[in-house]
Amino acid sequence: MSDIRYSEDHEWIILDGDVGTIGISDYAQGALGDVVFVEMPEIGASLDKGAEVGVIESVKAASEIYTPVSGEIVAVNEAVDGDPSLVNTDPLGEGWLFKIKLSKPEELNGLSNQDAYNKFLEGLD
Amino acid sequence: MMNRQGRPSQPSDATTAPISATWTGHRALDLNEPLLFEQDRPGVTGVDFEPVSEGKTRLGGLERDEKIGLPGLTESQVVRHYTRLSRKNYAIDMGIFPLGSCTMKHNPRLNEAVAAMPGFADIHPLQPMASVQGALGVMEQLSHWLKTLTGMPGVSLSPKAGAHGELCGLMTIRAALEARGDARVRVLVPESAHGTNPATAAQCGYKVDSIPANDEGRVDIEALAEKLGDDVAAIMLTNPNTCGLFERDIIEIAAMTHAAGAFFYCDGANFNAIVGKVRPGDLGIDAMHINLHKTFSTPHGGGGPGSGPVVFSEALVPFAPSPFIAREGDTLRLVEDCADGAVGRMAAFHGQMGMYVRALTYMLSHGSDGLAQVAEDAVLNANYVLEGLKDVMSPSFEGPCMHEALFDDRFLKDTGVTTLDFSKALIDEGFHPMTMYFPLVVQGAMLIEPTETESKESLDEFIGALRHLATMASAGTSNSFAAAPQYSPVTRLDETQAARNPVLSYQVPDQDAAE
Repeated sequence: MSDIRYSEDHEWIILDGDVGTIGISDYAQGALGDVVFVEMPEIGASLDKGAEVGVIESVKAASEIYTPVSGEIVAVNEAVDGDPSLVNTDPLGEGWLFKIKLSKPEELNGLSNQDAYNKFLEGLD
Repeated sequence: MMNRQGRPSQPSDATTAPISATWTGHRALDLNEPLLFEQDRPGVTGVDFEPVSEGKTRLGGLERDEKIGLPGLTESQVVRHYTRLSRKNYAIDMGIFPLGSCTMKHNPRLNEAVAAMPGFADIHPLQPMASVQGALGVMEQLSHWLKTLTGMPGVSLSPKAGAHGELCGLMTIRAALEARGDARVRVLVPESAHGTNPATAAQCGYKVDSIPANDEGRVDIEALAEKLGDDVAAIMLTNPNTCGLFERDIIEIAAMTHAAGAFFYCDGANFNAIVGKVRPGDLGIDAMHINLHKTFSTPHGGGGPGSGPVVFSEALVPFAPSPFIAREGDTLRLVEDCADGAVGRMAAFHGQMGMYVRALTYMLSHGSDGLAQVAEDAVLNANYVLEGLKDVMSPSFEGPCMHEALFDDRFLKDTGVTTLDFSKALIDEGFHPMTMYFPLVVQGAMLIEPTETESKESLDEFIGALRHLATMASAGTSNSFAAAPQYSPVTRLDETQAARNPVLSYQVPDQDAAE
C-alpha cells in the first residue's frame, strides 16, 4: 500500500495496486462537526479528477465530496451508510468512503503527502 | 431584587431560599405540558358525530382496517395545550428576532385590520369577477407598486414563497431559451448563495456551477468570466448578498451575463436593504422574486404563509406565468389563459390574497419616501450592531455593511466555545439566536439582521448581551456555555441524534418495559 496523500479539498487517498481508498481528512471531519448523512457515489460510475462524487451532511452544513483522482468507482463503504459517525470517530480508517480504480495513476503526483498537507492546514488558520 | 431599570421586581422581604420541587412539576406560569397523546382518554371527544350508518363502500378493498390513533380530548384540553405551548415559544411580538437573511421585522397591526375586512377576508377564488373588483384592484395596485419599485415591466403575483418565486423565474428563463431554440445546461450560483438557489436550478434540470467569492466577500469577476459560456442559461445572484454586502460589480456582471446570451436572475430576499433606493431593472436584472413576507412586512416563520411575486424584464414578459390582471375601462379581469410558449400556472388559484392586502397596506402606509427610509434604517441598524460589536467579536468583512452584519468564530479561537454554544447562551439572555453556520464562506458564521423596526433601546440591549457573552467567552467560562441554554423550557437538544435517528411519529410507550 502507498503512503497517504491529500487533496486541497481535504480528501485523502491510499493506493493498493491500482485501486485507491478515499475518505475525508481528520481536519475536514472536525470542521464539519457531527456527520449525520453521507450520499455515496454509484458503483461503476466513471469520474474525472475533481468531479463531485457525493455529499456529506453534518449538523452544520452539507458539503460536496470531490474525487482527488480520475477513475471508476468499485466500492462504497456500506458501514458508513448505516453509521455516519464512523467518519468522525475514524476518518482515516473505518470511516473511508469509497474505492476507485485509477485511470490516470500519475495524478497522484499532484497530491500532497502528510507533511505538505500539515503545512497547508497551518496556512488556513 | 431589582431589575435592570432599578425597579424592585419582588417584595423586599422575599426569601432567597432554594425553591423546592413542586408536586405537579409545574413552576407557576412555567407549565410542564405533556404531549396530546399522553393526555389521551379513549372515547372522549370535543365533537358529537352522528353514528356512522352501515353503508356500501366504493373503495374497492382500500378501506382503512386499523384505528387512526387520534387521542381522545375535550376542546378545552386542546385549546389549553396549544396555548401552553405557545407560551414557551419566542416570537417577533416578544422581542428582536435577529435571524440573518430572514428579515424578521415587526408585522404592523394596520395590515391585519385591513386584511380582516370582509371584502378581503371572506371572498372565494371562484366568485364571479364582477363581485371581487375590489380584490382585483388590490392585485392591480400591488402589481403597479412592485413594477415601479423594481423598474421592471412585468410581474407574476402567484408564487407562494421565495423558493417558489425562484422556480417561477428559472422556468420562465428556460421557456424563453427554448423558444429561441437555445437549450442550455448550466446555471452559475455564487458560493454565498441561499441553498434554495442551487436547489431551484437543479429542480429545473440544470447543472449547478459554483462561482467563488473574492477576499471581500463578493463575486469573483474573473472566475465568473471563466465560467460563462454559451451553455450557461442563467446566473443566480443575491444582492445585497448573504455576507450583507452590496455586489458593486453588478452592472458589469449583468453585461457579461447578457453578452454570453444568458439571463440574470436576482434573488430578491434582501430587497429590504435597497427598496426605494435602487431599481433592480436599472442594474440589468431579468427576473427577481420579492419576498412580501420579508420586505413588505407580512407575517412569516410560523406566523403566516410566504408570498413570492416575481418581476420580469421585457425579454421575459412574454413567457411569464398567468394569471395577471387586465383592465378594460373600469372593469378588472384576471387573464388566466396562457400564451404559446409561456410557463402556464404556478399555483391552483391566484396566490396569497391575504398577503397581497397586507403588503399593499404596508406600501400605502409608508409611501415611496417611507419605503426608502425602510432601507436606510435597516442598513443603519445593521451598521449600529456591527460597530457595537466589532471590538469584541470578529466581523468577517470590513464595514460598512448593508442590512445584516456577518461575524465569524475567530474571536472564539482557543476559548473552547463554539458558534453553537455562543448562540445557545444568547437564548438564556432572552433572545432568539442569530443565523449560524451560514453563509458557508466564513468559519462558524454568525449572521445578524436587526431590521429597521428595532429601536435603539432594543438594539442596545441586544448588543449589551452579546458583548457580555463575548467577554465571558474570552474569560474562560466555556463550561457555562456548554451547559446553555439553562433557562429555556428544554435545555440543549441532541441535534446529532435528532438527525441520525429521527423519530417522526409518536411512539406508544411499551407498558411492560415501563413497569
